[in-house]
Amino acid sequence: MTKTFHIKSYSHIKNQTVSVNGQAIFRDENEDFPLFIKNAYKFLKTDYPKFFKMDNLSKLAFLAADVLLKNENLNEEENNIALIFSNKASSLDTDRKHQAAIENEAEYFPSPAVFVYTLPNICLGEISIKHRLYSENSFFIFDRFNAEHLQLYTNSLLQSGKAEKVLCGWVDFDDNSYEAFLYLVENVGKIEHNTEEITRLYNIL
Amino acid sequence: MSELKEELKAKIIEQLNLEDVSVAEIADDDALFGDGLGLDSIDALELIVMLDKDYGIRLSDPKEGRKIFESVQVMADYIEEHRTK
Repeated sequence: MTKTFHIKSYSHIKNQTVSVNGQAIFRDENEDFPLFIKNAYKFLKTDYPKFFKMDNLSKLAFLAADVLLKNENLNEEENNIALIFSNKASSLDTDRKHQAAIENEAEYFPSPAVFVYTLPNICLGEISIKHRLYSENSFFIFDRFNAEHLQLYTNSLLQSGKAEKVLCGWVDFDDNSYEAFLYLVENVGKIEHNTEEITRLYNIL
Repeated sequence: MSELKEELKAKIIEQLNLEDVSVAEIADDDALFGDGLGLDSIDALELIVMLDKDYGIRLSDPKEGRKIFESVQVMADYIEEHRTK
């Protein structure tokens, strides 16, 4: 029998604003992403020094996930929350920085700390380490936000018992243009987990 | 030597993005890894690149870093002895 799942909570980070369940919880005047996200980190009292070593995409994904997961009373040892993320720009922002370093033959000193972020799914690892998620994770690259794919994949993981909950959505960063929309799917919640609702929430702000 | 140690502390903070850590908070003998500043393996690679870029010291074996990066004092001693720029 096909079960119905629900969206328990959702977050957006875009237009210099962090929102949870459609309500703005932080807004900043800084148009420069590194300054904006640093101010958001401090305002949200995140207290995770490794945040400052992350690239822009990971910072965006990490904070969008953190504002949801910190309300979940997670187990300190292990949690089975799958991560299904997607975007359009992959890790291009960091790829470009690394490319500039390896093209400079006169000063050839590529940074290992930049290189390790030249894959989009590294942000999933950052979230998994912080919240001790020993669970399935995937990162997909699409031309546009793809509610159908996210819904099918999420339901498959929950139906098959591979995950207790799934945190999924869109985290895109390129050239100071950024957008994050994440939502947590589980058995209970007020919003039914279907493509219409996912698309509605994605466009709500 | 004292100048070099201060320079190293500032570079470590900047290169390794140690937010909320100041030069004054790093003692010469503080452990850089483990319980000290809590640096990790990627930080160690960044320090190896820094030695090459800023002081002309190329480590042939990355494992050498374990001893050299014990503290700012040990790093400064090693750089004084081996620097080519």
